[in-house]
Amino acid sequence: MTGAKVLLMMGCPEIPIQTSIALYLSHKLTKLGFDVTVAGTAAASKLLKVSDFDGYYVKKLVDLDKTIVDVIEKRTDFDMCFAFMHNDAGMTYATTMSSISQARMYSIVFGRNAEALAESIEFDCEKIVAQDAHNPTRLKNKLDKVMEEIVK
Amino acid sequence: MSCIEQMKYTIHLQRISFKEAREYIEKNSDEVYYVSPGYKIFKDYYIIGIPPIAVGAKGNALVFPYTKPCHGSFVLSIDNEDSIKEINRLRETGKEKATTTVKKSKSTESSRSPLTSYGDMWKK
Repeated sequence: MTGAKVLLMMGCPEIPIQTSIALYLSHKLTKLGFDVTVAGTAAASKLLKVSDFDGYYVKKLVDLDKTIVDVIEKRTDFDMCFAFMHNDAGMTYATTMSSISQARMYSIVFGRNAEALAESIEFDCEKIVAQDAHNPTRLKNKLDKVMEEIVK
Repeated sequence: MSCIEQMKYTIHLQRISFKEAREYIEKNSDEVYYVSPGYKIFKDYYIIGIPPIAVGAKGNALVFPYTKPCHGSFVLSIDNEDSIKEINRLRETGKEKATTTVKKSKSTESSRSPLTSYGDMWKK
């Protein structure tokens, strides 16, 4: 899987753990040899840029809506996509990506309504669910196991 | 920013779930067509949504869902020369349509056949 193209798709950054998990996942996957791109809304991208102003953890940061258009228009695609979601809109974006892309989908579902939101997902994906908003540890541990499986 | 935000639009519902947007369009349009995620309308808006995505025609207005990550889903309508073109395009290419009468029947759910979208074309 080394060199495989991975997209991390950030949604609304309202829930704090999204930014820390995105930074963590981007860096860890990059160290494992994946070609990682992080896509976000303007606000989510600004949070990431301030936290990682030298681009140490995130090498490629792109606009979420533009990335979706690029995939639809066949200008790019990915092998794997980790979609962050804590609300219906995040799930709607992830569903759209699963429909337009050939990427294997991983849904990172978090926040206080994580369980119910995860149950509402209709597309084929691996769900990583943690009902947390501020403490990223449980989600990080679950993602570590997913990454172990990916590199096996 | 998509072209939608620079056009004259009417907001029918805001900050709702995508399912609520679909239900509103189905109940409040003269004609309803179903498209796949990524279906392009107007100059450069690619519809974000959960299939089947309902797009309606009400008079000359195109009624459609619009989703933003931080604000949820909206139901918008646009009524101008371009919306007439979009409605005609849906009429010409739509394999299945549900009118106000038909869409209320239970069988409509299983007979929905989303239009071929840019995404579908690419997967082939």
